[in-house]
Amino acid sequence: MTTQNAPASMYRTTEGLGLWEHRGKVAAVGIGHSPTARRWDGKPETTMGANSILALRKAIADAGVSPDQIDGLVIDPVTTTGAYWPEGKPIPMDVVNAYNTTGDPLDGIAKLSAEWLLKNMPELENVKFTMYGTGCMSHAIVVAAQAVGDGLAHTCLVLKSWHNLEGRYYQGGANAEDAIDGTSAISRLWGTPASYGTALQFAEYCRKYGKSHDMMAPFMANSRRNGLMFPEGYWAQHRPEQLTPEDYLAARWIAKPASLFDNDIPIMVSAAYLFTTAERAKDMKQKPVYILNHASSRGRPRGITPTLDEVEAETGKTGRMLYEGAGITANDLSFENMYDGFTLFHQFHIEGLGYRGMKFGDALDFYQTDISIEGPNPVLPSGGNIGSGRSRFWMHTDCIQQLQGRAGARQVTGVKPETAVSGGPMPLGGNFTVWSASPD
Amino acid sequence: MVKQGVLPDALTKPFWDAANDGRLVIQNCKACNRLQHPPAPACSQCGSGDNLEWKEMSGRGKIYNYGVVHDCPVRLLQDDQPFNVAVIMLDEDPGIQMYSHLPGTPVDDVPVGASVEVMFEATANGQKVPEWRIVA
Ligand SMILES: [Zn+2]
Repeated sequence: MTTQNAPASMYRTTEGLGLWEHRGKVAAVGIGHSPTARRWDGKPETTMGANSILALRKAIADAGVSPDQIDGLVIDPVTTTGAYWPEGKPIPMDVVNAYNTTGDPLDGIAKLSAEWLLKNMPELENVKFTMYGTGCMSHAIVVAAQAVGDGLAHTCLVLKSWHNLEGRYYQGGANAEDAIDGTSAISRLWGTPASYGTALQFAEYCRKYGKSHDMMAPFMANSRRNGLMFPEGYWAQHRPEQLTPEDYLAARWIAKPASLFDNDIPIMVSAAYLFTTAERAKDMKQKPVYILNHASSRGRPRGITPTLDEVEAETGKTGRMLYEGAGITANDLSFENMYDGFTLFHQFHIEGLGYRGMKFGDALDFYQTDISIEGPNPVLPSGGNIGSGRSRFWMHTDCIQQLQGRAGARQVTGVKPETAVSGGPMPLGGNFTVWSASPD
Repeated sequence: MVKQGVLPDALTKPFWDAANDGRLVIQNCKACNRLQHPPAPACSQCGSGDNLEWKEMSGRGKIYNYGVVHDCPVRLLQDDQPFNVAVIMLDEDPGIQMYSHLPGTPVDDVPVGASVEVMFEATANGQKVPEWRIVA
């Protein structure tokens, strides 16, 4: 079976499409997570592939289905944004050969194919549909939701995995070379870290609206607090440290105005969800969480980096697309779980949604109010990447768990968890999902 | 500060050759009368690659925005941390942006909105790159 990238036709990228044709007819039921680790320790049982198998098996068990009932698998084959296998470094063949292999020895270690998973999970004997949603769990979710709605699969696993290797993130490859190709050089010669573009947009935002970086401190503390109540997360598992406003304000700069804590910590982790039709979900072990709509941003900046005007135009459009296809308004959101890695663009996402009536420029003032899970206006109850490490999926797991009423210590108490939105990563270039406790 | 060397490719060779001659050229679609940067094989507006040309710019612009890099992923620049990285918008078309280290401008003391002019700086392999300095 050859797995293809999802075609453009599976994404909802424009306004005016009306209600999503499968609104309320696709549901998330099972959830499975691997443990987290800062980096791979080199053992066969802790590879990214091993984590992937573990997460998938847990999601299947959580939903209470038998593996032979699974007929679909949607994954992101790319398992890093910056931890590349060093050129020339020998690949540990004992690890590779601990698994059934594909033609690529790094498959299951530093990248992931659907073929590798199916070869190593013989219990998935009836998977007939595989597809790639490349980039994020946000991407894979949208593809899987559309696939189940379209009848391409009835009971479909969705997986996102991350590997992380020894050495500093982003510092290998072209960044270590004495010369780079002319096309890359147009934007890369200046040595900007990954958070630089977001830092620029945030700087412009602060100038335009009269805000400052220190106004982010309550958001940071809230995110870490929520993350420490996320037992699946990195900080809760390995470093249960609260992040105080003082810690945040004292942090070193990475790309000012982005500091260390505005950047999420790269980790190894996998998560899987089980999606099925609303009809079939009724008989499963967990309460179904229905998908009301999905929407994707495919906006591109005209220049080398998005301007604030471009960011605001795109997040506003994303909000309108989400509400239109779900048949809801901002007033229906119980809470929001938009992406936060980097923290300095979270305000763009939630202002675009108009969460709690917010307009552009309002979010940092909103952060100074009660944004806790106990209050009436929860912000990022998952804690996001800041609360649990770089996975880009905590917000999805949290939306499902909150609406199922099994978010544990993180369960929102100031609002009734009925409708939520999650997605990312970037304001220009992301995929977003509307979740609901009810199919109507 | 010496940047990584540049290995011009087919798409960008005219840009880099012009820089070596002390000229700033930007890709332009004659059909749309529209500049674009970074260069691309086709016009981002009409989608055609048939009408692309390289147009010489005045080399004047404004500082649109900036950040200060304290933790740089590029090995060759790490000894120069922290440093400014500004976004320059060209006077011909503010939609055309270029990065700049703003040589001569103190770190984190960048006058947003100030006028700048292009200059050309040698990289590690001698290839010149457009840079920008504030015009008094
Ligand atoms: Zn054109």
